[in-house]
Amino acid sequence: MHRAHPIGGRLVTPFTTLLALLSLIALWVLAQRFVHGLGAVTHLNNGYPWGIWVVFDVVVVTGLACGGYVVAFSVYVANRFQYHPLVRPAMLASLLGYGLGGLGAVVDMGRYLNVYNLVLPGQMNFTSVMLEVALCVAIYILVLTVEASPAFLERFRLHRHQRKLERVMFVFIALGLVLPTMHQSSLGTLLVVLGNQIAPLWQSYELMPLLALLSAAIMGFSILLFEGFFSQLGFRRASEAPLLAAFARPVAWLLVVWLVVRFAELTLRGKLGYAFVPSGLAAAFWLETLLFALPLWVLLSPQRRRRAHLLLVAAVAMILAGAVYRVNAFLIAYATPEGYHYFPSATELSLTIGLVALKILVFIIVVKRFPIISAPARS
Amino acid sequence: MNRRDFLKGMAGGAGAVAAGGASSAEARPNREPAPEAVAMLFDSTLCVGCKACVTKCKTVNGMPPETRADETLPLWDSAPGLSAKTLNVIQAYTDGTAEVKDRETDGFAFVKRNCMHCVDPGCVSVCPVSAMTKDANNGIVFYDADACIGCRYCVYACPYDVPQFDYASSYGAISKCQFCNQQGVERLDHGLLPGCVEACPTGATLFGTREEMLAEARRRLALTPGSEYQYPRETLDAGLEVPSTVPAYYPKIYGEEQGGGTQVLHLSGVAFDKLGLPILPERSFASRSEGLLHTIYKGMFAPVALFAGVAWFARRNLQRQAQEHAGDPAEADSPRDDAHDDRG
Ligand code: SF4
Ligand code: SF4
Ligand code: SF4
Repeated sequence: MHRAHPIGGRLVTPFTTLLALLSLIALWVLAQRFVHGLGAVTHLNNGYPWGIWVVFDVVVVTGLACGGYVVAFSVYVANRFQYHPLVRPAMLASLLGYGLGGLGAVVDMGRYLNVYNLVLPGQMNFTSVMLEVALCVAIYILVLTVEASPAFLERFRLHRHQRKLERVMFVFIALGLVLPTMHQSSLGTLLVVLGNQIAPLWQSYELMPLLALLSAAIMGFSILLFEGFFSQLGFRRASEAPLLAAFARPVAWLLVVWLVVRFAELTLRGKLGYAFVPSGLAAAFWLETLLFALPLWVLLSPQRRRRAHLLLVAAVAMILAGAVYRVNAFLIAYATPEGYHYFPSATELSLTIGLVALKILVFIIVVKRFPIISAPARS
Repeated sequence: MNRRDFLKGMAGGAGAVAAGGASSAEARPNREPAPEAVAMLFDSTLCVGCKACVTKCKTVNGMPPETRADETLPLWDSAPGLSAKTLNVIQAYTDGTAEVKDRETDGFAFVKRNCMHCVDPGCVSVCPVSAMTKDANNGIVFYDADACIGCRYCVYACPYDVPQFDYASSYGAISKCQFCNQQGVERLDHGLLPGCVEACPTGATLFGTREEMLAEARRRLALTPGSEYQYPRETLDAGLEVPSTVPAYYPKIYGEEQGGGTQVLHLSGVAFDKLGLPILPERSFASRSEGLLHTIYKGMFAPVALFAGVAWFARRNLQRQAQEHAGDPAEADSPRDDAHDDRG
């Protein structure tokens, strides 16, 4: 029996209470931000116009929300229907992640009342990578809503609608593959116009979109592995480890491609030397590279990748690798005029933490009440 | 589809993006200067650091003075750099004992900082809602707060750190020099000079067309250091010459080629990077970014082809899956029994 079922159980637990509290704090920061402005709650300045609300909440979180993207590819394009049980949890997690990213973007918008200009044909600027990302992410959130809806239709016994939807689902599946390919690669293109304001170790110009897309796929797979263990522990489900271990091969390939592209670019353009000049940037580069390389030790060994805890370590390393790469490229590598510093303020951090908490909270509530997870309960 | 195809598919998707990257190099050349591009020539060797232009800029544009933290009354302006209240500022380069003006070692030099009105501006290229625009005729880069969504991509992207967002306000906007010709000021349209040019007592800030300013700059670089030259004030033909001794110029015009060129040009006695002006390649980063974007999305061909491809695969695989489970509706949405095999 592999049908998805609601997990059931109490909604109010110490963990969900903590998540709710963190979400409430975020709500309070949100109110402060809209009443008093960005300066009152963040450490943003004109040397660092983009802080963690953009770089973490949007750039990193949407990367980590690529679980739905890689599952959809594996199941529907590569025809690996044995991963089908992962579709519902992955789509739900992706929808929540992208929702969080979209919310983060609006909260960070200094003149949010003008947001409608993004869809006025007379105002849209098609040379702007930002426009492409914004529209593409907005449409993808709608697509994810459709892709995540069967569980809800099923729960509310709207079987007729569910069947109708399933007939055209392939259109949404295809959109759900094209849109992330577009905007995840564009997250890299965003930095091309900054030119030499981005340190050479990270500014790879025409290769930026490829690196961004590779990092999205790596983050997508790693979050699937991570969520697999999370549901196994948190909801006492049977281990999905054997199923997840099968992801090891494609992920290992992605990591190898990543390292080859990254180092080939640095070598061919004669920039590798910067990695050996003792500096904070070089340290950031090696930390990032280590996080991309270490998981290979687990993933390339048939024995080690069957060991659940090692696979978890590899997954966490890859999540961090993707996150560190993106934070490095957008913030650490960004050259700013003298006299400007940036470290997120306490309120800035609590909004980010609270939004992540809210995402996890909604995920837990939904899987307890709606048919999302199909792994049988552990006996 | 087997594992090989699976990987091939993954590689194919990435390959399309990579191919876009590889062939974009010449997709979009630098923009050409506007036909009647207005310009400013700032000659650092003539600037005496009086900051008359800073004050005049504030008056003309209705901006408040910026006071230091230890001043209790906002009597005069002491803006250290550009800010939401300051569109124009004079900054100093100093080295060692700072004895001699316009000398790199143990010397000092002044630099005027305001929007460079780039020929191929990054801020205009990146703004998602066209709040930054470049006038097709005079090339002035304007800002429209009614369109701006406050994403601050322009702040992030401008190589001169010019656009300044007002974080202190609950609903801030961007501030930047608009050549004193934005709605409500319109000095150029009324036949007036930009405030800073009108205020400059030495002719360090000169106004004219970009062609005139480039010609004047080239003339100065060709002069013999130590000789006398009648330096024009305000404009080339205002008849307000000031005689002065020609200094030893750094032999380049900043803004002629840098980053695709600018409409604010600089001459100096010291190297430009000493003055905090960024050293940029001739190809503008805006052209490089737009070239890449347009190569990937040319006619939306690649995204549409990708859509058609994955839609075909998804439909075929879903149908096959449904056939395998035909007559077993309860299992329609469930995995095969070999769900836990490990071929992958
Ligand atoms: S200097 Fe900066 S703000 Fe001014 S036109 Fe150039 S890119 Fe835009
Ligand atoms: S902050 Fe305003 S002007 Fe600057 S890029 Fe964003 S929308 Fe455009
Ligand atoms: S042109 Fe006008 S706005 Fe620009 S620096 Fe001069 S006075 Fe200020």
